[in-house]
Amino acid sequence: MQLEYFHLIDRIVDLDIGEKKIVVEAQVPKQSTIFEGHFPGYPLMPGVLLIESMAQGSGWLLLGLLKFERMPILAAVKEAKVRGSVFPGDLITIEAGLSHEGSGFAVTEAKIRVGGKLRANSTLTFTLIPFPNPDMRGYMNSVAERVGFPQQAIAP
Amino acid sequence: MSSTFDQVATIIAETCDIPRDTITPESHAIDDLGIDSLDFLDIAFAIDKAFGIKLPLEKWTQEVNDGKATTEQYFVLKNLAARIDELVAAKSASA
Repeated sequence: MQLEYFHLIDRIVDLDIGEKKIVVEAQVPKQSTIFEGHFPGYPLMPGVLLIESMAQGSGWLLLGLLKFERMPILAAVKEAKVRGSVFPGDLITIEAGLSHEGSGFAVTEAKIRVGGKLRANSTLTFTLIPFPNPDMRGYMNSVAERVGFPQQAIAP
Repeated sequence: MSSTFDQVATIIAETCDIPRDTITPESHAIDDLGIDSLDFLDIAFAIDKAFGIKLPLEKWTQEVNDGKATTEQYFVLKNLAARIDELVAAKSASA
């Protein structure tokens, strides 16, 4: 996890296209400039970054389901709850499942756990847009490689 | 059993916090009720769930953008309700 670059997912643990579910992991860094301000003497993963982590986990699920033909963009956050703190050094596990696929949009349910304990959950809506340019498509390919996206899961 | 329009009007009222009594069959979702595209995603989600269909929003938008249809055909609520009835009937026929 590199907070300053918004690299919030380290690896895809499991992508189940049939069940429309994904599990991803990320190690919260022990040090980051973000923790210098949030908060001095009590470093804490910001709630908005937990939501973004759930969005990125959901995004990999949607990219898989869409076979990289469209890019999911976060559009709405609902029922977001931060149920417990996430601290520097924690290993977070994010589970996300598709709850609805509409025309040009999708809704996921996502959860963050640390050591099996629920720390956050949310319902997230995404718009599904064509990749705006080849650069972004190429970038997502490179990130997919970094997080170990299982290309065989979407092979024809 | 309430009509399709009544169900849609209730969904819009609850989703967008619009007084139910201001929503009529002649209301245009965008021009009269001020519903924007993001709010309409919530409405589409609720309609999809309530009727077991998938509103073809992208197709409709493309048709409007191409000048092949008007927004009134899809977003005046009596017309939206009629489109929903068609989609439900088509789904039932193919089941």
